[in-house]
Amino acid sequence: MTYHNPPTTPRKSWTFDDYTLSEIRRAAATGIYDIRGGGAKRRVPHFDDLLFLGASVSRYPLEGYREKCSTSVTLGTRFAKKPIELKIPITIAGMSFGALSAQAKEALGRGASIAGTSTTTGDGGMTPEERGQSKTLVYQYLPSRYGMNPDDLRKADAIEVVIGQGAKPGGGGMLLGQKISDRVAEMRNLPKGIDQRSACRHPDWTGPDDLEIKILELREITDWEKPIYVKIGATRPYYDVALAVKAGADVVVIDGMQGGTAATQEVFIEHVGIPTLACIRPAVQALQDLGMHRKVQLIVSGGIRTGADAAKALALGADAVSIGIAALVALGDNDPRHEAEYNALGTTAGSYDDWHEGRDQAGISTQDPELSQRLDPVLAGRRLANYLKVMTLEIQTVARAAGHNNVHNLEPEDLCALTLEAAAMARVPLAGTSWIPGVQGSL
Amino acid sequence: MVEHFKMRTVDLAATPLRDLNADLHRQGDGSNETRWEVLNPRGAHAVAVGVDAPLAIDVRGSVGYYCAGMNKKAAITVHGSAGPGVAENMMSGTVVVKGDASQYAGATGRGGLLVVEGNASSRCGISMKGIDIVVKGSIGHMSAFMAQSGTLVVLGDAGDALGDSIYEARLFVRGKVKSLGADCIEKEMRDEHHALLAGLLDKAGVSGVATTEFTRYGSARKLYTFNIDNADAY
Repeated sequence: MTYHNPPTTPRKSWTFDDYTLSEIRRAAATGIYDIRGGGAKRRVPHFDDLLFLGASVSRYPLEGYREKCSTSVTLGTRFAKKPIELKIPITIAGMSFGALSAQAKEALGRGASIAGTSTTTGDGGMTPEERGQSKTLVYQYLPSRYGMNPDDLRKADAIEVVIGQGAKPGGGGMLLGQKISDRVAEMRNLPKGIDQRSACRHPDWTGPDDLEIKILELREITDWEKPIYVKIGATRPYYDVALAVKAGADVVVIDGMQGGTAATQEVFIEHVGIPTLACIRPAVQALQDLGMHRKVQLIVSGGIRTGADAAKALALGADAVSIGIAALVALGDNDPRHEAEYNALGTTAGSYDDWHEGRDQAGISTQDPELSQRLDPVLAGRRLANYLKVMTLEIQTVARAAGHNNVHNLEPEDLCALTLEAAAMARVPLAGTSWIPGVQGSL
Repeated sequence: MVEHFKMRTVDLAATPLRDLNADLHRQGDGSNETRWEVLNPRGAHAVAVGVDAPLAIDVRGSVGYYCAGMNKKAAITVHGSAGPGVAENMMSGTVVVKGDASQYAGATGRGGLLVVEGNASSRCGISMKGIDIVVKGSIGHMSAFMAQSGTLVVLGDAGDALGDSIYEARLFVRGKVKSLGADCIEKEMRDEHHALLAGLLDKAGVSGVATTEFTRYGSARKLYTFNIDNADAY
């Protein structure tokens, strides 16, 4: 009789999974870190880990389609003579002409204007297409100061001083040479075709005391008319928000690690910064401790996908949310109809993130004239407007179900958490319990 | 015959800064109020920022941060010293500092001429994008960092890491350079450089100094395209 030793099923390592192995091979072959666009792809505690409680015996709901549930928000009420009035609490995040095609920027402006909200410039200045199509335009004041000039500053409806972004807090940017067209080069005052570095810190100030003086200068240049936002990447939200308020911000924008970028090192995107869910309560706490909650408005961004996500952010204390990647997807980014072309680039629809290479088949994250022409700005703008409308209806649906006639009346008491991590980060009880991990004397 | 245009005097000891800047912003190209004098600046920040008219503004004393920031067309003279970021992001016009200038003088400037009659501190001309800067004294470390275009002229010495990560800006230094930054090298002075330098010295009111006394510095252009083999340069 022959003894048979049955083989075990081949088993892959959890630690050395397929992606990790491929990254080691890629690094060994090229000698350079991986650069890509987008935000963190790893699973982190997120809005999916929260649920709304809805009305019950102790609260009564409002009738959908019948009873009013207002969505408008005013930004910049602290110091600005001309605050911004938006119809919906969802804004379009800063994305540059250079990273995006002129058609994509125009489409964002069209869609946002139909929906009654704002768009934001990016690292590269303000284009006439964008200003022309955006009823409300926020002009970013970035470390690189590419294209910065006082005329555009005065044309803007608000100014956003960018300290950092969630995908890469503490990092600058790089626009690789293949995306530097004549027009991009001229706007940035650099030779065509070279890799353009965007500085990681501002050239003419350091620290919160200087920031206060910089904000004063911007207010003086624009005669105190424009709301001034301060945008930070989520790292130390309590202290950063407090310092932004101290420096004189009208609005604070906080961007979690799921927030996208046009191009950054993979190691930066996945390993620096904290999740969006983890930054909201400390940010709100800072505002409350200073007596400035609802006086300095808070905008939250990073991985907002649905009306449910937005409603949860509002319930945790945000005044508005901002979307970037979701807006690009609404325009047509990573659409399965380009699957064959994405396959030819070695990827698949939904995973394409080599935005820095400028070969986006959807015509969005590219400067290639032929590819850019694929995006119809009017149609894409309409798609974005539809998407924003759906998000807004979803926020209202949830708010009415919780008994609120204003989406800004959503509150932490409307929420519970599915996981311990989410309960601790959002500071709401674990579902079915009164336990908020990390908070002493929980209800 | 040129009319005697009205001189406006604003005393910052009695007038809020906001009123001064708003008044300056109301002036257009055809303004009759072309001559302005600002008294008692006493180190105030953001004096005469965002001006967009061909005015002559004399600031009688020293100023704080960002004096003449984003200036267009105006000729602004600081009869004292200037704090950080004087003439930052200037678009056109002229700014003269009779004393010394602190950090970031002319930062990100896109046009016009900045003259510092004394010394300028660190990061002079950082990220400059077309501005011309003439410093009659010396400049501090990390000056012309990531300088994109324009010209920086220094009659004295330059500190450490001059022109680090420089793009297409031109640097002329008459004295010693403590060290050059990454990708910044000494370059040959050709006829066009002598002509450019002579023109700027003249505009800045410098006489009796020969262009042959200067050395030109600029980009080696080796770091223009990211290459992992250059990682040690940083």
